[in-house]
Amino acid sequence: MSDIQIVDAPPGVEGAGFFATSVDKVMGLARSYSLWPLPFATSCCGIEFMATMSPHYDLARFGAERLSFSPRQADLLMVMGTISKKMGPVLRQVYLQMAEPRWVLSMGACACSGGIFDTYSVLQGIDEIIPVDVYIPGCPPRPEAVIDGFMQIQKLVQTESLRRRDTPEYQKLLASYGIQ
Amino acid sequence: MGKITNEELLNSIKAKFEADITEISEPFGLLTFEAGREKIIELLTFLKTDPALQFIYLTDITGIHYPEREKPIGVIYHLHSLVNNVRVCIKVFLADGDVHIPTATVLWNGANWMERETYDFFGVLFDGHPDLRRILNVDDMTVFPMRKEYPLEDPNRVDKRDYFFGR
Repeated sequence: MSDIQIVDAPPGVEGAGFFATSVDKVMGLARSYSLWPLPFATSCCGIEFMATMSPHYDLARFGAERLSFSPRQADLLMVMGTISKKMGPVLRQVYLQMAEPRWVLSMGACACSGGIFDTYSVLQGIDEIIPVDVYIPGCPPRPEAVIDGFMQIQKLVQTESLRRRDTPEYQKLLASYGIQ
Repeated sequence: MGKITNEELLNSIKAKFEADITEISEPFGLLTFEAGREKIIELLTFLKTDPALQFIYLTDITGIHYPEREKPIGVIYHLHSLVNNVRVCIKVFLADGDVHIPTATVLWNGANWMERETYDFFGVLFDGHPDLRRILNVDDMTVFPMRKEYPLEDPNRVDKRDYFFGR
């Protein structure tokens, strides 16, 4: 018998030859273990992310080995590093090009709050221009912290309703960023 | 060590521009002086084309702001004679509200981006520049951030507010 563990099935009704559960639980399960991250790495946090992707820490264990360098195919935008104000519109454009459902992970002090760059030329946190789901603190965060942040995203994905984009809260959130 | 000394260099500049240069000094062995904007292009042309000097390389154009001075905005030229392996630093100070200076793009094409940068950060207007617009900062920025009257910090910063620290 192999010691490979397979993820547990969501709660549901099981009988001889059938298993019934709600579709959003199944979709959430499937989505959370096949997230395609888009690495938006601008500085040293990107180096930590490379370590996270490499075999020692191996983000592939979480179903995220397929990095998507096109925002149109990505589910998760990982913003890692200082975002200057001139980069801001580029980041926003990348976010707008992503298809729903989409999540954003902000890694490191600079992306979360501006970090040490309390200056006129640096965006004081990417949440000034796009909504963020999970913040990872640290300067830079260790790969374990990145994995923890990624697992928080997975938890969000699993527990979300099937069409988050239709909920009034989500539309209100996007409207507050000027995204329709 | 350069092929010509700072003294020889200064003498050949003084032979033509005796009345136009002031505040001569040699910080870290670098010949430095101030000049007026009226003669600056003539002076740069002389330094570049003089067969003995040949300051053919424009290292940098940058700016400086001394708010307490009568002429607060400075434009600083760094020239390098690759032939003689010697450098020179020329400062031109401008009065606030009249920050015009002729462009050096007539001598070096490389001055184009340097002058755009100096305009971007200090608001110096280079007359005759072919395309004087911002180069590094966002296009819709309304201030010249390296001038002292504008704060360095971003006003949107929230995690350094005093009430987080009981102040």
